[in-house]
Amino acid sequence: MPMQSFIVNGERVEVDVEDDVRVLWVLRDILGVKGPKYGCGINVCKACTSHVNGKAFNPCAVPVGDLAEDDEITTIEGLADTVEGDGLHPMQEAWLDRDVAQCGYCQPGQIMAAVALVRKARDEGREVTLSDIEGLRNICRCGTYTRIREAVEQGARAM
Amino acid sequence: MTVLDHSNHDAAGEGAGARPGGLQRRSFLGYVIGGTTLIAAADMTLGASRASAIPSAPSIPELYDLNDFLTDAARPTANLIKITIEEDGTASFALPRSENGQGIVTSTAMIIAEELELPVDKVNVTLADARPELLFNQLTGGSNTTISTYTPIRVAAAIAKGALLEAASNLLGDEVDKLVAKGGVIQGLTKSLTYGELARAAASSTTERREVQLKESGFRVIGTGQRRTDALDAVTGKKQYATDLDVADALPTMVCRAPTLNGTPANLRNGRAILEMPGVTDVAIVDTGIAVRARTFGQCIDAIREMQVDWNDGPVAGLSDQDILDNLKKAEVALPSNKQLGLDKLGLDRLGLVKTIDADFTFYFRSNSAMDTNSAIADVRADSAEIWAGLKSPITAQARIAEAVGLPQDKVTVHVTQGGGSFGRRLFFDGALEAAKISKAMGKPVKLMWHRADDARVGRGHPMATSRVKAIYSGKEVLALTQGHTSVETDYRHGLGELITANVANLPAGLGNLGFAETVYTLTQEVPYNFGAVVQTLTETDDRFNTGSMRNIYSPDVRTANELVVDMLAKAMGEDPFEFRRRTLRDERTLAVLEKVAEVGDWGRRLPAGTAQGIAIHKEYKGASACLVEIDCRPETVNRPIREGVTGPRVTRVVFAIDVGLPINPLGLEAQMQGGINDGIAQALTSSMHLENGHFVEASWDNYFYTRQWNTPPVVDVIIMPETTGVPGGAGEAGVAASMAAVACAYARATGEVPTYFPINHKAERPFQTKSYVPPVPASPTNGLKLTF
Repeated sequence: MPMQSFIVNGERVEVDVEDDVRVLWVLRDILGVKGPKYGCGINVCKACTSHVNGKAFNPCAVPVGDLAEDDEITTIEGLADTVEGDGLHPMQEAWLDRDVAQCGYCQPGQIMAAVALVRKARDEGREVTLSDIEGLRNICRCGTYTRIREAVEQGARAM
Repeated sequence: MTVLDHSNHDAAGEGAGARPGGLQRRSFLGYVIGGTTLIAAADMTLGASRASAIPSAPSIPELYDLNDFLTDAARPTANLIKITIEEDGTASFALPRSENGQGIVTSTAMIIAEELELPVDKVNVTLADARPELLFNQLTGGSNTTISTYTPIRVAAAIAKGALLEAASNLLGDEVDKLVAKGGVIQGLTKSLTYGELARAAASSTTERREVQLKESGFRVIGTGQRRTDALDAVTGKKQYATDLDVADALPTMVCRAPTLNGTPANLRNGRAILEMPGVTDVAIVDTGIAVRARTFGQCIDAIREMQVDWNDGPVAGLSDQDILDNLKKAEVALPSNKQLGLDKLGLDRLGLVKTIDADFTFYFRSNSAMDTNSAIADVRADSAEIWAGLKSPITAQARIAEAVGLPQDKVTVHVTQGGGSFGRRLFFDGALEAAKISKAMGKPVKLMWHRADDARVGRGHPMATSRVKAIYSGKEVLALTQGHTSVETDYRHGLGELITANVANLPAGLGNLGFAETVYTLTQEVPYNFGAVVQTLTETDDRFNTGSMRNIYSPDVRTANELVVDMLAKAMGEDPFEFRRRTLRDERTLAVLEKVAEVGDWGRRLPAGTAQGIAIHKEYKGASACLVEIDCRPETVNRPIREGVTGPRVTRVVFAIDVGLPINPLGLEAQMQGGINDGIAQALTSSMHLENGHFVEASWDNYFYTRQWNTPPVVDVIIMPETTGVPGGAGEAGVAASMAAVACAYARATGEVPTYFPINHKAERPFQTKSYVPPVPASPTNGLKLTF
């Protein structure tokens, strides 16, 4: 089996696994990083949304062999460490403040997608809009969308 | 708050204490359990109220509803729930219910904190393992958790507080009535002690009975908005669901399923080749398909896609939606005639003064697949078994699993994990039972997870149903409303069935001879309008589908059919839909929520053509709700482009008012209503399953159109009505029915046409290519790095 090497939440990992195994399973089943959730395995539900080199991606749709040695993956577990200080990321704080989660299963993916969406808008020299938020494809079967909208706008203001 | 005096109350755990002025203040009996730290307990069956009179038709639920039944059902069992005061000053409680996002862990912590005078964050509520001695009282359903646990939990907490006060009195030398318990500290005249310091001193070496009275007013926690106690874990990725647990050697396991619904495996032709695939450790044939265990779930998916299997057809092979609908139509029974309703005696018929509105609606199959698919960990050994899963009927699960793996029930330990959503799905234990069978067949622990495609196609859902409504009126008066609901069978074999069988004798007279489905239907469906003779019947047929009590069971459909006819009646009488409802509603609480949404939602405001308001009510779970929506059905909205997404009419505003009697956690209640609103929108407009040639088509979240971010109403106002009854009602399902009905009514008003089937897009061209049935699960894509943002 080939040895895969990349960075997860700031730490280098070495995993002995076939190239075609999707990153989601390497994270969850081998490395024990359980924040990214399985909801479909076909890049539709977005429950596994994490970041690769700071951009949102879905590890269920990436063969581990496609990752380069210096690729940095950030999962929900590592999000807080991407900002200064000991606390949470402002988006997580907004999520707590709005009491967004119900069952909570999709929320790591929702938060990771929201952070990337705000950054993308900033990179384009603007603030995130309701229309951007309406383009988020992450499913929430509890239907927490109303509070997600509020939290994304609130989190963006603090980012 | 008021505590109702149930004069016919016969529970052994209750007495009455003298109150100043001669009034009787209710007191309750509980226990201090022998142990080294303080353990207080109460009988789980305390607080059940029973209807004193035999209800007369038409509206049985007004006097005795499903929640009375669920609460009463547990009364004969003597079973204790226990609150332990730990030496660190916290209180621990294992709730014999299942949390799937509805917020009962948080609200339970609040109820304990209130009575025990502790901060909410010092109360640790966990989910209890299956406790067979609780018999029927560990079923999470019917939005009954708080209704049934409110009193016993408070009694246990009050007993604990009493024991702490007594211990403090002994240690401080102050009389109990000179002590004040607050924030986990007991303050004496000169000194104070924390609950942690008192935990051992308050313990009893033997179990003793104690009498307590409960707080009647001055609530400081109940009624205040509390954020979820598990929110931090949820937003940091630490919250654990069944598939997140680490159980030694429980490797990822999935099942290859048949190309027709509920088909069974005959033979795996390439078992040897599958075993040689990367990561694969075991393959086993079970009754539901071919199971494969591997190092990763991804390798399970790969293995399933390579399997060459001979299948036996399932029971609906070759059939499609229309065949099932034809069957339903054949099963429909005639609605009662005017003569049967006694209307002929009025003599109006002969004068030509009686008019009739007939309506006939079809409601297609819907899925209650949650984000967290059917999943479970099972470790079945020769002499014992251990199971971990999100389970709303863990005792029945334990019994069925024991039976399936050939072990005595007490050798099967069932742990209830947090579920990632339920919507009724986790009333059943399909994943846990299947995992146990696979573990036994392989002789190894397994972590079973259903693929999304299976969870959608094979998992349980809401059965297809028709609802016929006939309204008979004369002038401005409705003389009769009859409704014949005909449905594919709703499966209640998760313990509610046994509960009903065992408790039929407790039902008010005349209900004992009904089947399970009819019992649930009769105890939940109510027409709260003054519509003369009201007759609602249920006919169930066809047991070939995987169904269950999807969130709010019959009510969304029944209510939608009903409220559309209410609008038709108003139109026929030349009245405004809101004014007509206001004139004919006979229940004050329902009237109050109706008036509230009309006021806040500015009912009757002018809107452009192609857009409209709709209004509807619902009464269930000891509460009342009303919903006002605004919908936009203009072409530019309906056809707005979203990649591989369904748009259609857009609900632009929702105003929802709910009266639950006594709101425990308004913040959590609001969240449940927001979710229920999105369920109602989905069921009215977009989400359904299509049976085609023996199997369901939908295999992905981009096939089954649950409300998405782009369908969510831009404005959602939820109004929590102030306390009305002093006792909590149900929350988890209470948001769906009025929402679905209001969306349907708004759509009919905006388009000028009353829909005859739901969701309204069921027959539209599907914007996706059907995923394969062989193999039954799609491959994971490989282009993820090209789709980053």
